[in-house]
Amino acid sequence: MNSPAHEEHFSEHVRRYLYVFYALIFGTIVTVLASFIPFGSRAINVGVALFIACGKASLVAAYFMHLISERKMIYGIMTFTALFVTGLLFLTILAFADFPPLTIKH
Amino acid sequence: MDIPYIVEARPDTGLYNAKVGIWLFLASEVMLFGALFSAYILLRVSAPDWPYGWLNIPLGTANTLVLITSSITTVMAWASLKMNRFGKFKLFHACTLLLAMVFLGIKSFEYHDKLTHYEIDLKDGRIADGHLVENGKDEVVLSGRFAKDQHDLYDLHERKLPPHREIRIERSRIETMSSYGPWHNTYTAIYFTLTGLHALHVIGGAIVIGFLWGPGSRLWESDPERFTNRIEISGLFWHFVDLIWIFLFPVLYLL
Repeated sequence: MNSPAHEEHFSEHVRRYLYVFYALIFGTIVTVLASFIPFGSRAINVGVALFIACGKASLVAAYFMHLISERKMIYGIMTFTALFVTGLLFLTILAFADFPPLTIKH
Repeated sequence: MDIPYIVEARPDTGLYNAKVGIWLFLASEVMLFGALFSAYILLRVSAPDWPYGWLNIPLGTANTLVLITSSITTVMAWASLKMNRFGKFKLFHACTLLLAMVFLGIKSFEYHDKLTHYEIDLKDGRIADGHLVENGKDEVVLSGRFAKDQHDLYDLHERKLPPHREIRIERSRIETMSSYGPWHNTYTAIYFTLTGLHALHVIGGAIVIGFLWGPGSRLWESDPERFTNRIEISGLFWHFVDLIWIFLFPVLYLL
């Protein structure tokens, strides 16, 4: 478990984790600062914040959770999960396109 | 009877069983939080007005940095075991536990702040808003301000607020009185639901990590590979908790 090659392999991992950590800190600061920029519409601020959040979440999933080098079975599980969550969110959007008659809209 | 594939990989999946198990569990967790995020979207888009600036951004940012740091200490703890450095593992996971406590401490402070923050609708139509100083039999004392209407209370980023001062209100002048708990409005309901469920995950994760750091770490002496796998599994859960917060923070605090 402790050959020089093994040590070198995990030292490389540790370096990568630190870069991801710095990127996450940077992403958090950018998210906070971007939320104060008046883009003209609250929707753009929401889009920017969620875009950065997706980037940060991808880094955590890919490197800290090792999804970047996982087995096919894990990819299969997560692909199905992503499809179902997307479907769920899509249903929410669909709900706004199908108001019953006489619904009060704000 | 030995449980198969707790260390070595199953030939068909290429993974030890616990890893398949935790990913299936995380998939169910994604659906749970996905459903709550859907509820959030539905509530927010349907609401005529949505609060802005009700939460403390520096505290939320601090908690985000705390969780990110706890994620790196978790993965470092696992990497330390892979490099056969048990002492470093202990140090990194002690940091993870400490950071989990810090996160929960900050969250508790924020909850306390909301639960002691009151909106009092007066019979003359004005609204008194502030933190409860005294809840007496004849009068209520707030440290806060008066608002013209509900709209005046919603967008706190855009408005220049008057400084808080002591407000004494006779009970006979009060129409309704409500703290900013989950019952206050749709925003506080979804805020407490999402962050409360997340906090329960933090508590659950901290208990598991605490066990593996303390009495559970004896397994390292008898079966180091199995112990390392346990740390990997608990770490995957912890990173997921961090990942959920990455979305909760901008959605609830910044937008």
